[in-house]
Amino acid sequence: MTAVEDRPGVPSDDAAAPEIGRARRRKEDARLITGMTTWTDNMVLPGMLHLAVVRSPVAHARITNVDVSAVREAPGVIAVYTGQDLAEEQGSLPCAWPVTPDMVNPGHPSIAVDQVNHVGEAVAVIVARSKAAAQDAVELADIDYEPLPVVLDMEEAVQDGADLVHDHLESNTSYHFVFDAGEMGTGSDTDQAFADADVVVSRRFVQQRLIPAFMEPRSVVVQPQGDNYTMWSATQIPHILRVMAAMVTGIPEHKLRVVAPDVGGGFGGKLQVNPEEILCLLIARRLGKPVKWTETRSESLMTAHHGRDQIQYVDVAADREGNVKGLRVRLLADMGAYLRLITPGVPALGAFMYPGIYKFPAYRFECDGVFTNKVPTDAYRGAGRPEATFAVERIMDELAVELGMDPLELRRKNWINAEEFPFTTVAGLAYDSGDYETATQEALQLLGYDELRAEQQRRRESGDPVQLGIGFSTFTEMCGLAPSRVLGSLSFGAGGWEHAAIRMLPTGKVEVVTGSTPHGQGHETAWSQLVADSLGVPFEDVEVLHGDTAISSRGLDTYGSRSLVVGGSAVVKAADKVIAKARKIAAHLLEASEDDLEFAGGKFSVRGTPGTGLGIQEIALAIFAAHDYPEGIEPSIDAEATFDPENFSFPHGTHLCAMEVDTETGFVKIRKYACVDDVGTIVNPLIVEGQVHGGLAQGIAQALYEEAVYDDDGNLTTGTFVDYLVPAASDLPHFDTGNTVHAAPGNPIGAKGVGEAGCIASTPAVVNAALDAVRHLGVTDIRMPLTPERVWRALHDGGDGGERATARTNAQAVDSTDAPSTSGGAL
Amino acid sequence: MTPITVRVDGAAYTDDVEPRTLLVHYLREQVGKVGTVVGCDTSNCGACTVHLDGEAVKSCTVLAVQADGCEVTTIEGVGQDGLHPVQKAFHEMHGLQCGFCTPGMIMASIDLLEDNPDPSDDEVREGIEGNLCRCTGYQNIVRAVRHAAAEMRGGGGGSRNGHVSPAVVDTAAAPHVAVQA
Amino acid sequence: MIPAPFQYVRPTTVEEALQAIADGGEDVKVLAGGQSLIPVMRLRLAAPETVVDLGRVAGLRGVRDDGDAIVIGAMTTHSDVLSDPLIAEHAPLVAEATATVADRQVRHRGTFGGALVHADPAGDLPAVALALDAEFVIAGQSGRRTVPAAEFFVDYLTTAVEEGELLVEVRVPKLTGSWGMRYEKFNRVAQAWSIVAVAAVVRRENGRIAEARVGLTNMGPTPLRARQVEEALAGAEATPEAVAAAAQRAAEGTEPSSDLNAQADYRQHLATVLTRRAVTAAAGL
Repeated sequence: MTAVEDRPGVPSDDAAAPEIGRARRRKEDARLITGMTTWTDNMVLPGMLHLAVVRSPVAHARITNVDVSAVREAPGVIAVYTGQDLAEEQGSLPCAWPVTPDMVNPGHPSIAVDQVNHVGEAVAVIVARSKAAAQDAVELADIDYEPLPVVLDMEEAVQDGADLVHDHLESNTSYHFVFDAGEMGTGSDTDQAFADADVVVSRRFVQQRLIPAFMEPRSVVVQPQGDNYTMWSATQIPHILRVMAAMVTGIPEHKLRVVAPDVGGGFGGKLQVNPEEILCLLIARRLGKPVKWTETRSESLMTAHHGRDQIQYVDVAADREGNVKGLRVRLLADMGAYLRLITPGVPALGAFMYPGIYKFPAYRFECDGVFTNKVPTDAYRGAGRPEATFAVERIMDELAVELGMDPLELRRKNWINAEEFPFTTVAGLAYDSGDYETATQEALQLLGYDELRAEQQRRRESGDPVQLGIGFSTFTEMCGLAPSRVLGSLSFGAGGWEHAAIRMLPTGKVEVVTGSTPHGQGHETAWSQLVADSLGVPFEDVEVLHGDTAISSRGLDTYGSRSLVVGGSAVVKAADKVIAKARKIAAHLLEASEDDLEFAGGKFSVRGTPGTGLGIQEIALAIFAAHDYPEGIEPSIDAEATFDPENFSFPHGTHLCAMEVDTETGFVKIRKYACVDDVGTIVNPLIVEGQVHGGLAQGIAQALYEEAVYDDDGNLTTGTFVDYLVPAASDLPHFDTGNTVHAAPGNPIGAKGVGEAGCIASTPAVVNAALDAVRHLGVTDIRMPLTPERVWRALHDGGDGGERATARTNAQAVDSTDAPSTSGGAL
Repeated sequence: MTPITVRVDGAAYTDDVEPRTLLVHYLREQVGKVGTVVGCDTSNCGACTVHLDGEAVKSCTVLAVQADGCEVTTIEGVGQDGLHPVQKAFHEMHGLQCGFCTPGMIMASIDLLEDNPDPSDDEVREGIEGNLCRCTGYQNIVRAVRHAAAEMRGGGGGSRNGHVSPAVVDTAAAPHVAVQA
Repeated sequence: MIPAPFQYVRPTTVEEALQAIADGGEDVKVLAGGQSLIPVMRLRLAAPETVVDLGRVAGLRGVRDDGDAIVIGAMTTHSDVLSDPLIAEHAPLVAEATATVADRQVRHRGTFGGALVHADPAGDLPAVALALDAEFVIAGQSGRRTVPAAEFFVDYLTTAVEEGELLVEVRVPKLTGSWGMRYEKFNRVAQAWSIVAVAAVVRRENGRIAEARVGLTNMGPTPLRARQVEEALAGAEATPEAVAAAAQRAAEGTEPSSDLNAQADYRQHLATVLTRRAVTAAAGL
């Protein structure tokens, strides 16, 4: 039990009610609402030293001289390391996804040795007795740089003769990835489809660079104990980090323990092997002392990996009646300066989702991964799929306009009908289940669609300065990453299974060990619900352990909406094995045949003799004592299971946004947002709703607020929360949410995954809504984020409002001793 | 070093601090109140919110020396006789996910409710505009604050702003289509 | 980040404060509420040798009635301003603009005088002070002097407060007659600074606009008065059309900056729209 009473109205003594589907209040909350948390930065160890990183102030330069002598003499400084000092032992940060056989990977030092390739790259590391002393010494490092030309613009970077990010490479292109449905045999010839089409619509969309901006800054503590090392890190992936850190540093895997304690959000941003994690390990090994590094928010925004940053060229072909005939997508994907863990794979992951929910007969996708002098991109909530969904949902609206059709009618004409599931798409994916029509009908009702359309008409007719628009996004996504064999066919460096173990304690309590690593998702609660139902034990009797490789030895962690679908399934499979083992004991103790036993409500009983029986918690005690058990079996009912899904799961939904646009100022305001999602079986509706809300906030933020902007020299100008606009409560609307439920056939729970749905679906709904409001005024596109200025420029100057409004200069250049605007104008 | 005396969560502490020590670092590193966290360096995120002499402040934007002689309440001190109604409401309404912003969010909400015991949804949203949450999309936080407000006003007390919507309906009994606003 | 080390002085009187500033060496910063200063010190964009904390200086905090004006102490916090009955009665525009400053926590610490002396072009209070023809009382070791708002804001982040001086209080004249007011703020998200904002104060008489004062936020390195608008409004009929026509002149002569949030020409456009809206509301139209 948590410290708080359970919700009135859901009787906690109703043991018969299934746990799956109950709005259980979270077990995790007890420590989080009281401040009794174990964030990595809370950790203090005897003799612990603190690191500060000296970072490159320039985007592209050769390092000509490094003088850290003054740093060494600074008060409190114990040691300082440069790239040269660590060059021999630092290895290269791993990239686990070579998407093509000839992908070019320049390697990624944790600390720059002779060249820096983005602002913020580590050039020296200071070790001091206090964090303040380490930070004070940063400015004493004297490093000379010989500037190189800065490469920022992808379209320029892929031209012949362009300046190079890595001058030992032939070009700025890391790889060229192609998926052609005609060649793969999953569709017809794309060129032919376009040649035969009545209508072709082509657009260029810009997926701006975003920053995951998890609330807990990254933090690492490494403690050396002889030749053993324990690393605590604010990471989503302790298991993957352990393997990778061992491979990078040469520390044997069994000598390295990685712990993810309480972790404050990730959203893909903590799906990484960070330079600072490796540096902490190397320095702790050198010094034989525990070390800690905790980033500042400015460091986080500048150096933690970014997301998105793609330019999409999208062509759609259709006949006059509105039947889609083909889809062609060409991407430029900004890798940044290096390839991190799955940098190149993000656009490739999206490659299969561009056809969306529509029955395109022909499809071709190509993508160039491009190096620039910016911080690398990598996973951010949705990772490839938001970009794909945006492109297809935006181009369907453009096609509807071209054909003079209602955007919903066009979608309906082309989407997969409920009776057609399972449906193999032109991208070769087998969509598992769903019903797009029902979800859409429910969403229209939730929004109050007809009334809003009527109001839109009134506003148009009266020439109201505030116009109203409604935007659609009928989306699906691939979740439950991932079938290991499919990952293998995509050259991914690992599998997609998940592991679980169940330990039955003598008192009947249950420990569940999961390889999924939560950082806000509520695994402790949801997994307890799964096990309570499977084993028939009380919810309160289950404890879920995770995030420590010494406790949870096997796992592939949390990302890609995989935890419940894959990790939860492993838990259910492990519970099945516990029951199978316990059945043998029960049969022995009840002196009955196994075949005559039935298991229900946590109890084995002999069929036809109600009232007799043995609870699984009693069996746990009996087998702990082990005084009386059958010959030939071991005295344990503990069990483990590894679940490897056969297929992805495909959540879907209809998202509707009603948007007010002030045509005088360009200010946009969401009037109403409604969505109906089908995420399969819902284990905990409270958690599902929360995941949808959070995803919506981030997807809406991409549409309206957030953009990582670099100036012409490669400096991040959105380097604090003053300029990188994470929305606050008053910037977001109330969300009206609902669900349809079509269980996923590919896993024992029937869950499809929910973590990314809101983020993937909402962005195009919002942009489509804004365009719907002003399209009659001649606007055909507005670049994200839809800043008031861009909207105003699109209204007044034509175009997407993007070029001039992406300011790269600040005319009010601030002297460094002056005080620029920080938070809100109050000294 | 400058000597200061600060009462934190009911206990008096006398310590020497460097003048540059931020209140949040003093609380975390010298007093051990690690429930209060640091999320940014520009006083935007509000994760470090505590009460200084009864008013919510961002403890990353106050020097420890400025708190000399003052009373500080952190997340660890609001519920010393059991949980505060706002803490309970965050749990009840699922107003948190990763929980990193939660201490600051709760401290800001308590402060808001002292000024406005019956806020509307919009007033809650404005009242907590100094606190960023990346997980929840804020909707359940708004519910939590209004739920706590109702509790603190005394159970069945009327609200000029209508009822608080429940955090979620239980969909167990209605698996196919369960729509709720 | 942690600020660089500094000497800390906490005077209890204005005289001690002035002495501390004089003694503080080359690089002294005065700490009022600290809500802008501490973040820039944390980012190490400022690293003063000495910080003089006015937090315990008696008599700098509070609002008093002084006949034809109210007097707001420099260390009066924004939340004090919001709850002050004198301000609510005689200068509600100050409260309206203050309510848009940052957030509750920042308003608990941030001060009226601090925000004015900081003189950030995107700050909300300078344009309001300008529109209300406030007067600034500045103390130095040689005594006190009073500077009208029109001469107080000298340049980007620069005011008439000289080295060695302190702003001690601000006199805001009471408005007599039938005045209406509005602060129209435009920004992208709740916490953000104004992209542009307009403070309007309008006196109506017999269906006409007798007098209008319009202050512009973030339309240049200092807050500005939109004099052409004021002239066009003086004596004009109180109609939406007349206001709209006058508001068209709001950006004349301005040279706003271009930055991440807006290019200069967009700011100029916004100034005309927001001026129309602010004056319309202030005129009760």
